[in-house]
Amino acid sequence: MTYTTLSLTLIFVLIPLLLSKTLKLGLEKDTIIATVRSVVQLLAVGFILKFVFDSGSSIYILLMVALMIFAATLNARKKGKVIKGITWKIALTLIVVEIVTQGILLGFGIIPATAQYIIPISGMLIGNSMVLTILFLNRFTAEITSHHNEIELILSLGGTPKQAIHRQLIDAIKASMIPTIESQKTIGLVQLPGMMSGQIIGGADPIQAVQFQILIIFALLTTATLSSLLIGFLSYPTLFNKRMQMLKSQ
Amino acid sequence: MDFTYEPAIHFQEVSYSVNDLIILKNITGSIPKGKITTLVGPSGAGKTTLLKMCNGLLSPTTGTIFIDDQPITAYEPTALRKYVGIALQSAPMIAGTVIDNLALPNSLQGEKLTQQEAIQYLQDVGLDESFLHRSASELSGGQRQKVSIARTLINKSSILLLDEITSALDRQSVQDIEALILTLNKKYKVTIIWITHNLQQALTIGHYTWVMMDGELIETGESSLLNKPKNHRVAEFVQGVNT
Repeated sequence: MTYTTLSLTLIFVLIPLLLSKTLKLGLEKDTIIATVRSVVQLLAVGFILKFVFDSGSSIYILLMVALMIFAATLNARKKGKVIKGITWKIALTLIVVEIVTQGILLGFGIIPATAQYIIPISGMLIGNSMVLTILFLNRFTAEITSHHNEIELILSLGGTPKQAIHRQLIDAIKASMIPTIESQKTIGLVQLPGMMSGQIIGGADPIQAVQFQILIIFALLTTATLSSLLIGFLSYPTLFNKRMQMLKSQ
Repeated sequence: MDFTYEPAIHFQEVSYSVNDLIILKNITGSIPKGKITTLVGPSGAGKTTLLKMCNGLLSPTTGTIFIDDQPITAYEPTALRKYVGIALQSAPMIAGTVIDNLALPNSLQGEKLTQQEAIQYLQDVGLDESFLHRSASELSGGQRQKVSIARTLINKSSILLLDEITSALDRQSVQDIEALILTLNKKYKVTIIWITHNLQQALTIGHYTWVMMDGELIETGESSLLNKPKNHRVAEFVQGVNT
């Protein structure tokens, strides 16, 4: 694609801008910011990826993955400010998810140990893990607020913090995993996944594109389960003190 | 108050505040063992906070609480909460049926409650066995309070904290619950602290009364003090409630 044809895609930005202006939706500023940011960020990533691919250095691969985890952590932590130490808990979750999934992919030789495979796949898995973490934190904090009396009841009857928070924890873990599982049920029927579509547009064999997509959706299942469980079990103890009292009650 | 009684709970200069808001101010006093002590006072006096502290749901900001002469911090929290049971004012229910709620104290310890035991506890609070498999979310306010009381009794606590447990009940149910609490106290020597807004209840059921206002313990003594309060603020409060 040439830059001239690429610039024609700005028509897709003009349409929402015009509609927003006409219907007084007030989304013009956000639309422009989102457009500029996405262009700058993607172009920057494109040049960085080209540099990393050309260099072939594993240090740069590690740096790229570290940068992804850093950015994802900063984004997700906004949703869990009530949880003490949420930043390192999210970072640890994302690091474990990355190590486990890439460990399996590289350890079993499922993908070659090159930047072209590790970085895009890491991006998809860390990105998914970040979204799951945000979904979990949203749901978990809402569950705690709306079921405060039940949690206090279980503590008052001699239950441990783990017993008191068990239902809210499980509900939040399940709620954060459901979108991943549900979207996989309709994959290929309702929507063609972005990575697969990109490969096909780029001229790859559709069967090979499907094979890589299957790899990703299977890896996403592990990512979803690990992310929800890790962030869940790292988060709940910080809501209580040593006397097994809810810190919000203090 | 007659201090010849052995204290079940002793408060030593207990204060509690959240951020800059003072909820309890320098409370010192004893709750006699094996007796019924009622806590009365206007809303916002700090009565519920005091009760939650005895059950270990909250800790004093300063001061010490002694349970059977041992500092409350010497007790393992889960053991303390079984020893000092509480029926919360909001009578919260876990999702599920009445029997799920009644079985909760035992299930937290990995034990089971038989159906026969559950029926007995329901009958103790004036509910029949048809309630056993009813959804807890469908219960009326009064029925919830009764199930909440029954559930609190299951841990067989030596000290029982009751936070306005009869506020949503009809007259007959109030009498039934009062009779049950009196039996628990007389037969099993259970120490009871009962928050009530019903001064007549405090007079007829309670051996002793604590009157609290604005986070302070204003007056204590035998329940008959409510007939002739020494403190003018208590006198005004009693007059206000009775009119």
